This record gives sequence, structure tokens and C-alpha cells, in this order.
Amino acid sequence: MTNTLKAMLYVTGRRVRFLLRQPLYLLITLVQPLIWLLLFGQLFKRITEMPGFMTGSYITYLTPGVVVMTALFSSGWSGMALITDMERGIMNRMLVMPVRRGALAAGSVIYEMIVVLWQALIIIGLGLLLGARFPGGVWSVAALIGCTMLIGAAFASFSNAVALHVRQGESVIGLVTFLQLPLTFLSTTFMAESLMPHWIQIVARFNPVNWAVIVGRQTLSTNVDWSFVATHIGYLIALALICAWFSVTSFRAYQRAI
Amino acid sequence: MVATRSAPRAGSTPATSLAIEARDLVKVYPGKIQALNQLSFQVAPGTIYGLLGPNGAGKSTVIKILTTLAAPDSGRALVDGLDVVKQPYQVRRVIGCVAQAPAVDPNASGLDNLRLQGHLYGMPERELKQRAQYLLTSLDLTDAANRLVKTYSGGMKRKLDVAMGIIHRPRVLFLDEPTTGLDPESRAEMWHEISRLAHEEGMTILLTTHYLDEADHLAHRLAIIDHGEVVVEGTPEQLKRELHGDTIQIELEHDDLPEAQRVLVSRDDVREVTTEGRFLRTRVANGATTLPTIMSALENRGIGMISVTVARPSLDDVYLRYSGKTFAQAQEEGAR
Repeated sequence: MTNTLKAMLYVTGRRVRFLLRQPLYLLITLVQPLIWLLLFGQLFKRITEMPGFMTGSYITYLTPGVVVMTALFSSGWSGMALITDMERGIMNRMLVMPVRRGALAAGSVIYEMIVVLWQALIIIGLGLLLGARFPGGVWSVAALIGCTMLIGAAFASFSNAVALHVRQGESVIGLVTFLQLPLTFLSTTFMAESLMPHWIQIVARFNPVNWAVIVGRQTLSTNVDWSFVATHIGYLIALALICAWFSVTSFRAYQRAI
Repeated sequence: MVATRSAPRAGSTPATSLAIEARDLVKVYPGKIQALNQLSFQVAPGTIYGLLGPNGAGKSTVIKILTTLAAPDSGRALVDGLDVVKQPYQVRRVIGCVAQAPAVDPNASGLDNLRLQGHLYGMPERELKQRAQYLLTSLDLTDAANRLVKTYSGGMKRKLDVAMGIIHRPRVLFLDEPTTGLDPESRAEMWHEISRLAHEEGMTILLTTHYLDEADHLAHRLAIIDHGEVVVEGTPEQLKRELHGDTIQIELEHDDLPEAQRVLVSRDDVREVTTEGRFLRTRVANGATTLPTIMSALENRGIGMISVTVARPSLDDVYLRYSGKTFAQAQEEGAR
């Protein structure tokens, strides 16, 4: 067990070292959320004059949504790192070592969670600068970040599993982008639930991205519903575990195909 | 250096003393591509065993199965007495593997690559530090150790790749075409290192190659494989000895091959005449004495010759004898 944990940390460490060598990459991943916050925040500024937003400030409403959305977009690329490792033969090298597949999968997911954490902190900071306020308090913001990391973990595992099955960068990009935008738009990321068409309200209820967003929206409330938060964190943990299991078993599919 | 495993133990029971045993391995890839067809061979501990064959003969598939990367459709394979299908995790502890293309992380330094490898094998920090130092020095990579691998030359990457494969002192090492794409100098270095690993560190090495001279030079025993089957197996010397005599190769001036062939076949000191392009190849018991008489016989018929060579039997001749084609021909077929 300890060996598996150590191996996991070494796998994470390898990716972190690579990231630290090119800090520019971290800044680039923040360009898109900045555009959402600045442009969308401005464009839809007056939308909160309609009822249902819990707040009069659209930037306050938008910030938790953009935090979750950024996690979805960045962790979705996780599988591409695996594809690169496959092309370089590094994947096969790892697979003939006495390292559990779970350690390889978890090492990659933990790395994505670290990146998501960093991005979430920056975006929340930017939101505050742009005028967002979180009356729910520090713990509600922590719950938002926790949910964001869980959705990041789930999507990273999913992306890894897809990569191990299709073994081709183009297919991973295709499938991931095919999911990212619908998952975002079929949620309350940009729009209050009461203003959405009925069918989207129904779909959103089953959309894990929306689970994270509505937990995040508790930051807007002066009276945080903690049992609501706990339930949805539970859902997200279950989802992350299912996706993790899927990614670990996908190594078998990869080995069958080579 | 490695005391855990000594030199080949002669005379002990075969089932336990073998480092590698492949029995009737079959692998069919989707699209009914038969990669392996009842392939069997055995490797004694502490020896270098060569799998020689053209591209597409099934060499890499054998390595993938023995290193637990792929599973055979049928048949059984044991490495250090462990079943590769039933005990893959245990097998992975005792093997090292150097794949066909260098599998190194270009965005990490050479030392980082080595250290990650050692850590994943669970090596203690102090041992890892010493071992990494030793390998970097002996492979002449010390100066480049802290440089990113993407700045390395092909030969340096290959050496780092080998260092990563042996950092944990595996009992059985798999080398898949270790010198393909290397310049002659790096190739000689690699040969030296491979011999050293078997003789000084006591590793059992399974080596695939499509270079005949490489198998001849390095392997204690070798199997020539083609279309997923063992064509012939033995020590390089045995295989060459079985051919009896020398090879004479004659390059003709004009396209009068059939005529020349008739001249040779009619003689009783000549065995097995084969042709390829304008080349005529034959084997005789004693090249030095037979050659002059063959040349005068051809001249008498007015057949012009551009070049004539006499050679001791090579593995190429062995290959030709058992597969019915020259190695170069097989190589071309495999590439197609």
C-alpha cells in the first residue's frame, strides 16, 4: 500500500515538475476564464435585474460558475498527457514496472486537482477584484473549491479512460469538447434556474457540473444550507470514484489493443 | 556486482533453472494477423539469447508477452519461473525492459528520468543515488545528467534508456532492437555494454535484432524466427557449422545467369546454387582450392565476371538455408 501511495506521488511529482518548468502554461489556462468573467460579466451585467439570481451583481453570480467551468475545461485535457506518454513509449515503460495501475491513474488525477485548486484560487481572487462578494463565508468558498476539485477529478479520470480506450489525441479532443459545452450550458453556470426552459431545468438536475455550481452558489447566501452542500458533495465523490474505477480498468483495454 | 544470481547452473531440472521459457505461444491480432504461431524457446540464466528475424517476424510481440504488456492467445511463458499471465506483478519485479524506441521523457533531465524510474521500482534513496551516479558515469552521461533530455543526441537517449532499464538490477533484461538507428560508434559501445551486463552483472538478456552481425557477436544462442515461428535454433557456431564449407559469390558481367548456373550445377564439388539479380551464390567444401577451377570453367564458356568473393559461412547463409531467402529479401517483405 505504501509503495502504491509513493508511486502515485512520484507520478504526480513528475507532472508538477514539468509544469513548474513552464509557468507560462499556467497563465495561459487562465486566459479563458478571464474572458468569461470580463466579457460575459459585462455583456450580461443587467440580467440580474430579473428575479431568481439571489444577488444583484452578475459578477457575484457568475464567479462560482466560471470556477467550476474552468476545472471542467482544464481537467478534460488530462487524457492528452497520457496520449503523449503513449506516443513516447513512456506509457509502456510504466506498465512493465511493478506499479499498480491505480497509482498511475491516481497520480495523474491528483495532479489535475492541484492545477484546478490553483486556478480556482486565482479566479476567486479575480472575481473579488471585479466586485464579486461571497456572504456565505470562507467555508462556503471552501465547499465551492472542494466541489470544483471533485468535478475536475471525475472529468480527468473520464478523459484518461477515453485516452486509454481510443489511444488517439484527435478522438480525445473530439469527445471531450463534445461534452464540455453542453455540460456547461445545461447548468446554472450563466443563468438562474427559474429563468431556464423547463426541460433544461430537468436535465440540469442530473448534470454533475450543475451539482458543483449550485453548491458554489451557496457562497451567495447568508444562510448556507449545509445539508444540501453535504449531499451534493456526496454525489460528486461517488461520481469521482466511479470515473476513477473506469480509468483504472481502462488500462486493460489499452494493453489488449497494443 | 549482483550476487543474487550466479552463472548458469548446469544439469539442474529444466523447469526451475530456466530464466525464460516460452511454450507454444500463439498471438493473433485483430484482422487475423498471426503474429506468433506456436513459438517456443528456452533461455538459460546468465546468457544472452538472440531473437533474429526480419521486421514483422513477431519479435516485438514475443517481448510484449514476456514483459506482461500483452497476453498470449494460448501457450505459456515463464520468466524467472514466474507465469507472465498469472503473476504479472511478480514478473515485473524481476525484469527490465528497453523498448524499440527510446522511452524517455524529453521534458525532464536525464537524472530526473533515472530517479523517477528508480523511485517507481521502490529503490531506497541512498541506493538509488549511488546507482544513478554509477550508471551515468559508466555510460558517459555525467556531463549531460542535469540537461533536459530533449537536448540529447539519439545515441545519448538510447544510453539513458538502457540505464533506466537496468537501474534496479533486473534478473532478466529485455532489449528490443537496442542498436537500431545508432551510428556505428554508439553501436559498438552498446554491444560492449550488453556483453558487460551479462558477464559482469550476471543478467539474462533476451535481445531482438534484425542485424545478423549483432546476433552473431552477442548471442550465446539464437533463434531465427519468421512469420511467428522458430525457423532454426542453436549457438551461432552450431548454425554456421551445419552449413559445411565456404560461400562463393560471383557477380556476372552480363545477364547470362541460367548458363552460368548450368556450369556450376554440373560440377560435383559444388552444392546448392542460388541466384539473386546478377549474383550467383554457392557453397563448396574448400573455397580457396575450388574457386580457380570454377572461374576458369566460367571463362571457358565466355561468361564474364565483375567480382568474386569467398567467405566463411555467415548467419546470412544460415538464414538463406533455412528460410529459402536472403535476409535482405525477408526484410523488404516485412517492411511491406
